[in-house]
Amino acid sequence: MLTLTCPYCGVAAEETELTAGGEAHLKRFGPGSSDDDLETYLFLRENPKGVHFERWRHSFGCGKWFLAARDTNTLEVFGTYPAQSKAPPKPIKDAITAKRPGWSWREFK
Amino acid sequence: MKRYSVFAVAREALRQHQGWERAWPNAEPKARYDAIIVGAGGHGLATAYYLGRNHGIRNVAIIEKGWLGGGNTGRNTTIIRSNYLQDPSAAIYEKARSLFETLSQELNYNVMFSPRGVMMLAQTQHEIRGYKRTAMANSLQGVTTEFISPARVKELVPIINLEGPRYPVLGALWQPRGGTARHDAVAWGYARACAAMGMDIIQKCEVTGVSQKDGKVTGISTTRGDIACDKLGIVVAGHSGVMANHAGFRLPIESVALQALVSEPIKPCMDVVVMANTVHGYMSQSDKGEMVIGGGTDGFNNYTQRGSFHHIEETVRALNETFPMISRLKMLRQWGGIVDMTGDRSPIISKTPLGNCFVNCGWGTGGFKAIPGSGWAMAELMAKGEPGPLALEFNMWRFKEGKFIDESVAAGVAH
Repeated sequence: MLTLTCPYCGVAAEETELTAGGEAHLKRFGPGSSDDDLETYLFLRENPKGVHFERWRHSFGCGKWFLAARDTNTLEVFGTYPAQSKAPPKPIKDAITAKRPGWSWREFK
Repeated sequence: MKRYSVFAVAREALRQHQGWERAWPNAEPKARYDAIIVGAGGHGLATAYYLGRNHGIRNVAIIEKGWLGGGNTGRNTTIIRSNYLQDPSAAIYEKARSLFETLSQELNYNVMFSPRGVMMLAQTQHEIRGYKRTAMANSLQGVTTEFISPARVKELVPIINLEGPRYPVLGALWQPRGGTARHDAVAWGYARACAAMGMDIIQKCEVTGVSQKDGKVTGISTTRGDIACDKLGIVVAGHSGVMANHAGFRLPIESVALQALVSEPIKPCMDVVVMANTVHGYMSQSDKGEMVIGGGTDGFNNYTQRGSFHHIEETVRALNETFPMISRLKMLRQWGGIVDMTGDRSPIISKTPLGNCFVNCGWGTGGFKAIPGSGWAMAELMAKGEPGPLALEFNMWRFKEGKFIDESVAAGVAH
């Protein structure tokens, strides 16, 4: 069972306490944006077999949104960090590099 | 290829079954093919079969990373139906269902199509309205369905409990010619027919790259060497994103795990397929007597071919109310498959930004039932380079244009 540690309340929450919120670090586009940008924002998602960054909500806990770094192929968790982050903090990136040298994801905007 | 028949069985019975030949040979890759299909699951094999049968393209290889039919084709709950709301969906699923009717005879391979009837329970007022609407849409589309009363539901499924406190049965959408088929046999039957046309089925061969020149595909790199081709069809379900990455474009797809399970075998007790979308569960009885139960998907990206335990618990708990007799059944096996989900829960059969490269994916949680129709439409697209009427609206650019085929809204759940 997937267990993520909430970076706010510190609880090691198991999957039934959490709600998955999809890809992290999305750049949002609204009215007035181009068709391509709107399509990318609404429908195109990273779908890597490996390192992935996601939004999660500690729904049946403190209720806060946070971000997690995870491997979609092994279900290994590299760490969690606050939702306000523009990019994963260095300790998370280092933890990933230690286990998955040469990993890549899309650009963090 | 020797034909299977009652005479062949009699002949072989007289000589200790020594004369049966392999259903398909294990092929070595050639240097070049007219067309390569990546993915030897049901959809890939059906695409190859109809390329040969309908369009005369027989210099074809079907490349498979694992073993034939070992992905979602071997991991589904074998339900076949075509009671969809949107016209493009009803067209392709009904094409598939109607091809299933004569598939055993056509392939000379018993796919055990059993049109036992599929019932989708209405357990909320919203579902009653939704299914009545679908039944009317189906009658315009030429798909035979009807909305039936709880009394008729009980007549068809005596083991059902109509009066559940949380999820009472208020009626059902009934498709009498829906049913099930033997999932492995569908893959094996198509594979045998493809091999008989001279196509190469290459297993344990993973694609590691797609080569291109001037915006057109020229071949693929694999773990067993480079292979050149004029046309490439990507039919790999959960790994579509990985293949699209090789080919240099993105797909509006996320891969998640979907689970199913079977109980211990019991005597025949239910001779139709029952789906309960409100509780995310569906159930049928296999020929071996096992109750085959399908559940919901996990909410997060996953490539592990196993799902979260609590989903099974939720599915079985909910079905317990509707089918009290399953409460003391032991569950024997559970498995997961990686399904490719699109934003509108409808498939993609499409040209791609790369010339002569075509993609057939996004079947999500309901791909098995579509295998013959999907192969038919994909073969037409690959042979002609342009989509035919069945594939036209399933192009990958519909998300940009807002032309969704919105079955997620129509069904209320993934389907």
